[in-house]
Amino acid sequence: MAVMTESAPRRRPLDLNISWTDVGPFLALAALLVVGYLINPDFLSATNLANVITRSAFIAIIAVGATFVISSGGLDLSVGSMAAFITGITIMFMNAVAPHAGIWAIPAGMAVAILVGLLCGLANGLIVTVGRIEPFIATLGTMGIFRALITYLTDGGTIPIDRSLREAYRPVYFGTVAGVPVPILISIAVAAVASFILYKMKYGRKCAAVGANEDVARYSGISVIRTRTVAYIVQGVCVAIAAICYVPRLGAATPTTGQLWELQVITAVVIGGTALRGGKGHVWGTVAGAVILELIANLMVLSDFVSEYLVAAVQGVIIIIAMLIQRFSNSK
Amino acid sequence: MSIAANIAGEGGSTFSSDAPGSLEPVLRAQGLSKQYGPVTVLSDVTLDVLPGEIHAIIGENGAGKSTLMRLLSGYVEPSHGTLSMSGHTVKFAKPSQAQDAGIALVHQEILLAEGLTVTDNLFLGRELSRGHVVDDRTMRRLAAEKLAQIGCAVSPRALVRDVSLADRQMVQIARALLDDHKVVIFDEPTAVLTGGEVERLLEIVLQLKAHGTAVLYISHRLDEVQRVADKVTVLRDGKMVCTYPGRTLSQLDMARLMVGRELAALYPEKTVAPSDVPMLSVSNATVPGYVEDVSFTVHKGEILGFAGMVGAGRTELFEGIIGLRPATATVELKGKSVHFQSQRAAIDAGVGYLTEDRKGKGLLLQEHLAPNLTLSALGVFHPGLSMGRRREAEALEQAVETYDIRLKSLGAKAGQLSGGNQQKLLLAKVLLTDPSVVIIDEPTRGIDIANKAQIYAFIQELVAKGKACIVISSEMQELIGICDRILVMREGRITGEVSGAEMTESNVAVLATSGPKPGPKAKGGTEWLS
Repeated sequence: MAVMTESAPRRRPLDLNISWTDVGPFLALAALLVVGYLINPDFLSATNLANVITRSAFIAIIAVGATFVISSGGLDLSVGSMAAFITGITIMFMNAVAPHAGIWAIPAGMAVAILVGLLCGLANGLIVTVGRIEPFIATLGTMGIFRALITYLTDGGTIPIDRSLREAYRPVYFGTVAGVPVPILISIAVAAVASFILYKMKYGRKCAAVGANEDVARYSGISVIRTRTVAYIVQGVCVAIAAICYVPRLGAATPTTGQLWELQVITAVVIGGTALRGGKGHVWGTVAGAVILELIANLMVLSDFVSEYLVAAVQGVIIIIAMLIQRFSNSK
Repeated sequence: MSIAANIAGEGGSTFSSDAPGSLEPVLRAQGLSKQYGPVTVLSDVTLDVLPGEIHAIIGENGAGKSTLMRLLSGYVEPSHGTLSMSGHTVKFAKPSQAQDAGIALVHQEILLAEGLTVTDNLFLGRELSRGHVVDDRTMRRLAAEKLAQIGCAVSPRALVRDVSLADRQMVQIARALLDDHKVVIFDEPTAVLTGGEVERLLEIVLQLKAHGTAVLYISHRLDEVQRVADKVTVLRDGKMVCTYPGRTLSQLDMARLMVGRELAALYPEKTVAPSDVPMLSVSNATVPGYVEDVSFTVHKGEILGFAGMVGAGRTELFEGIIGLRPATATVELKGKSVHFQSQRAAIDAGVGYLTEDRKGKGLLLQEHLAPNLTLSALGVFHPGLSMGRRREAEALEQAVETYDIRLKSLGAKAGQLSGGNQQKLLLAKVLLTDPSVVIIDEPTRGIDIANKAQIYAFIQELVAKGKACIVISSEMQELIGICDRILVMREGRITGEVSGAEMTESNVAVLATSGPKPGPKAKGGTEWLS
């Protein structure tokens, strides 16, 4: 090749640039723990931390699913109502089979929950991909549908879980394994599986590609419809897992279950470093984001500086700061 | 100062105009430099632009052309040096100041709001109003006049989204020309235009000149430069090499000055003759709205060119064949009848397609190189449950080596590569699936001459290895240089075929623009294929 100027160097150092987006959520989490300790040393006690993280588990599990959807360039506003809907169906199913199946009603009910979650996710996915409706609008629609269905099923009241099942089901939320609360273990397991899928499997690449640039994905032979639909299915299954954990805590399904969860979920994902416009998803960042949200609420309850009525405002400030940090670290 | 001396890189000679002192330069740059941190992207450029003069700026990618234009039009402030207009020193802190001073820039990228109408875009940010009410009627009338003046047929009411790429470029030009300017800068205006549209653009440029406007014209297309430029300034590696009167330089001279050394032949020697073994046969391909009843065959070892103007349906034809858009066609691959439902099916069967839209459809610019490279070949590359990172890293190293992709580190992102290197990465990506038929749409759009030569050589290697190659291009010279045979399309049909000595620009141009319009019943040339 006569027109080359120089030959490319043989060995290039692999640069190990760590971006703020990757470590930011964990730094924020650490900073929050320090601040918490300074305000009230009880904050760092094992019991308090275990409590807080356990409470953040629902949002964390659902937000891990949302990381898939948002990474693939979608959005799901229906997760809160979907959680309520799945909780309702699950409790009704368990109550119905409990007289015949006894304790086996619980695993059967869990299977039903997963199945319903999967179908709800599939419905969302197909409306968005095959129906080609903006994710915001499509899931705004299903959000209303799920919420209305659970209100209809509970007749505006509550569906409590059958007394015979209550004791056996308790450990799923209140139990511990080696001292660690079960919901925490479940969310770690969900996040571990999710990060394997997103970072180690082909699907993860496809998901990020579809979210980063749909056309590039299509021209690379990746099915945008399939990839994005699978993301919604994953979201549905995650909502179902969260619902399964949630049943023993409240012991009933009500029309107000899971209200405004979608906003907390999206906040957790965004604080975690996943861009709302799609692209690479940050599973562990999302988990950190969910914990941060709950820690802030906890901190405000423990301290006397700020009224706990302002929790949502502080969370709002946090999301805006997170976005500003992302903006500045990107423009560098 | 001889051309040879300038090629050797002694740099810095400035040609003074034919009739010195006759005209005061409308724009003068003196010792213009720009540094970003320790990196100097432009140093010591001195330039005089006279009214009514077409002044071409040429240079390879990275030579500093775009930086110079941004300095002149107020997008960037110079680190050193001064600008003066008609003898008065000026300083532009932002583009609007340059605009107010009478300098308009027609951007290389199309920067229009797609959801707004043509008129809205023309007047964006400087809407006319009566009192507080926007005066749509007057704006539409003025827009229509301006568009008619530059020979653009789009309706002022049309949404930019619905307008072809070439017309968008025209709208952008109309926007720049809306007010009378003293200096109009065109940055690669013809990159997305073909044949007739280029002619139209050159006419606009000559009109401006006749009006007494100074035109700065940046282009990769040396033939255009040779035709219209009164002066040619060559930049190389951020430095000014020389300024020559336009018509004294041949295209080869210009290329030499840009590259700074003797150019080997741009087009590689043909090492193999095409066989007569058909690789891909397409008959009666129809893509609704774009292509009607097209048939052709490409053989093993053959480079088949598709010429035509933008909008002739070439890209749509192939996107239809490989399942990227709805189409009907009878397709035979290596003698076996196939039907591609999706791009995936085409890739798996061994048909690779390299898109013309490198940045929009080819590469994930925010992603690292390895994921980009293997994106089409995920199944082949990562056969197991989890991905083979090491194999992927090896593949990247090999691709970087094979295709001479220049990069700072293997951890770079695709968007950080230069256009030519992006194109080579895209080629590597398509070839990673080991296709037996490679369809390359606009192989060298917007890349510099050194990278072009390399890409031509890669294409030649492909057919030497027994693959078949289809090249779609709007650059006729390129097709003539590398193809064994050229099919010409016009308005969605094949209007003719040229090969051997018949492959001349005039033959292709006639077929592409003014050839006998094929009647609705005429078969798009199946006779000469069988």
